[in-house]
Amino acid sequence: MSNLDAFRAEVRAWLEANCPPEMREPVRDEDDICWGGRKFEFKNAAQKQWLERCVEKGYTVPDWPTAYGGAGLTPEQTKVFKQEMARIKARPPLQSFGIWMLGPALLKFGTEEQKVHYLGQIARGEIRWCQGYSEPGAGSDLVSLQTFGEEVTDPVGGDHWVVNGSKIWTSYADKADWIFCLVRTDKTNKYQGITFMLFDMESEGVSTKPILLISGNSPFCETFFDDVKVPKDQFVGEVNRGWDVAKYLLGHEREMISGGGAGGDMISVGALFAKSLGLNANGELDDPILRAEMAAFDTDVFAYRAMGERFMDMWKTGRAHPASSNMMKYVGTELNKRRHELVMAGGGADALEWDSDESKGGARARSWLRTKANSIEGGTSEVMLNVIAKRILDLPGA
Amino acid sequence: MPLYHNDDQAMLKDSVAPFVAEQAPVSHLRKLRDSSDATGFSRDLWAQFTEMGLPGMLVPEEHGGLGMGHLEAGIVLEEIGRNLTPSPFLSTSVGAVAALAKAGGTQAGRWLPAIAGGEAIVALAIDEGAKHRPDRIATTATRSGNGFRLNGKKSFVLHGHVADMSIVAAKTDGGITLFAVPKDAKGMTADPRRLVDSSLASHVTLDGVEVDADAVIGEVDAGGDILDALLAATRTGAAAEMVGVGQGAMDMTVTYLKERKQFGKLIGEFQGLQHRAAHLYGEMEVARATVMKAQQLLDEGSEGARLMVSVAKAKAGRAANLAVREGVQMHGGIGMTDEYDIGLYMKRDRALAEYMGDVHYHIDQVARMNGY
Repeated sequence: MSNLDAFRAEVRAWLEANCPPEMREPVRDEDDICWGGRKFEFKNAAQKQWLERCVEKGYTVPDWPTAYGGAGLTPEQTKVFKQEMARIKARPPLQSFGIWMLGPALLKFGTEEQKVHYLGQIARGEIRWCQGYSEPGAGSDLVSLQTFGEEVTDPVGGDHWVVNGSKIWTSYADKADWIFCLVRTDKTNKYQGITFMLFDMESEGVSTKPILLISGNSPFCETFFDDVKVPKDQFVGEVNRGWDVAKYLLGHEREMISGGGAGGDMISVGALFAKSLGLNANGELDDPILRAEMAAFDTDVFAYRAMGERFMDMWKTGRAHPASSNMMKYVGTELNKRRHELVMAGGGADALEWDSDESKGGARARSWLRTKANSIEGGTSEVMLNVIAKRILDLPGA
Repeated sequence: MPLYHNDDQAMLKDSVAPFVAEQAPVSHLRKLRDSSDATGFSRDLWAQFTEMGLPGMLVPEEHGGLGMGHLEAGIVLEEIGRNLTPSPFLSTSVGAVAALAKAGGTQAGRWLPAIAGGEAIVALAIDEGAKHRPDRIATTATRSGNGFRLNGKKSFVLHGHVADMSIVAAKTDGGITLFAVPKDAKGMTADPRRLVDSSLASHVTLDGVEVDADAVIGEVDAGGDILDALLAATRTGAAAEMVGVGQGAMDMTVTYLKERKQFGKLIGEFQGLQHRAAHLYGEMEVARATVMKAQQLLDEGSEGARLMVSVAKAKAGRAANLAVREGVQMHGGIGMTDEYDIGLYMKRDRALAEYMGDVHYHIDQVARMNGY
């Protein structure tokens, strides 16, 4: 325990000395998030400095091995590190699909060369990744994907594979540098006919088209592949065994969604509206039914926070049921949708404004609409329930 | 501290779970119920609990107990809940011990060793009406000679009719004071009522009950903090017991889904039921984590415990309630029969849900603690 206390003191001192004051302010909008990558422009010097300092210590990916750009922290140390970050409200220095999704999959399935190369790039924020999973005909039924890759013998340019097809709901495909992509390489074998490929979005034959959503924003794209060349050393795992990698990665995606964003930022929604809605003489929110709904919601949020802590403690030490991230994803995303319903109710007519300055460009309304995707992306709530029924409750025929 | 049981706690569970399941399964409750047992629990079973040191789990070692925490007591309570075991453990070994240990002094010295030794049953005389309103205690204690005279009516006093001592919360000139009122105190009458879950809870009348000054638990007028400790421990304990009740009901129901056939299929194959069972699983897991967090914060003496205790009582209340309602519904017709156990789970859950503040009370507390 004393070692952990010493570590805590060390982290606290380091954060105090290295986290710029601007990086301790709450994240206001998308610009405040550092995604890294070739096209990323830092919003200010503090954001750049914070990333560089963390990269130096391995703190962008604290629990990854030092050889791959991490700080090599144990689960206990990682928890302490996160607590100390939260204590000073430090923003994450870097966020990316590389950290949350591809990284863990590479750690498990990548070759040593791939780990050193790709994980290092992710840890340093040099390459921004996007995920090529869903297709127009393969949503919840992901394994039906049709994007096809075949091997080409090329005596001049070297042997490689050629990929054709399209992906949909590719988050930030227009801003990403590389894609990790599921490609069918055997049409006769559903599960063991998919290969997990990595390639540069600037490769010849890749194009993207943003999709306008109900929020008025376009965080997702359609992505098209027209004879895209992919060398075999850019496969993760063996040919036709990509589904194993894909499933493992989905577990981490669900872990990320549930551990990070779900339930919103975990603060009391009632407290948020105490000022704007006003309190009555008894110090109660002056709208009794809304107060009751907000209080019931807050109770669930605080409960889910405890669940998040327990889940991470168990997940990091191998105690969690391997399918429990599906439960976390389900509960957390349903909670977040509920939060935004209450935020809209609390905001009333003001929250309806779509582009005024006062509404910060309709931030509340757009966020509310955005959250509707929480229970669709990364596996729908219904799929999560199917998985729980089958893998955890062991119900028949599920 | 990680939010899962450590090795010692896992070992405790490994010894307590089979013990309760063998000695006091649901059939034990049925036997007491069907014989119209007047005590409300089995003294033989309590003697067995005592052999294992369980009544004194939370009693500090200097008073002859095991000096354990709420996480450990919660392990026992979950098994009590899972087996619907009638037991004075919650009121005596959790609520009363929390108050006495917090207060220290004469009454702690007198009662804690007796509780640890399995010799004393203690009742908690806090509530005064149909709903839990500990901020509106009307029972009075007025100075009289060398002591106090108590007047008032208490209700929902579990084990009140057999308790060797009752902890009575009363209003004094400058605040709340807790009193240790012994069994034979003149003017105190306990009128036991059989509740829906077959437990016995008394309406207690205090009609000019004379107690000595040293019957005060802690200091005069300073019972608020001690009452808070009693309530926090009992609420968290009730929440842990509800996790056991909910888990027991859920396990029984999931098993039934794998056995019962209709339309030529196991009913567990129907997605309509699968999704509801999976949703229930999530709610129960969240409730369990929440209760463990409250136990951990109480054991650490953390400021945050107050909020988490209310969250735990409310969340466990919601989750266990869902478990028993889904349990009866998914069992179909047999779920309505006395012969099947699932209905007994619904009854016990209802009583625990009400005890020391229901879901609505605690959700309201969550709002207040967050400034609205």
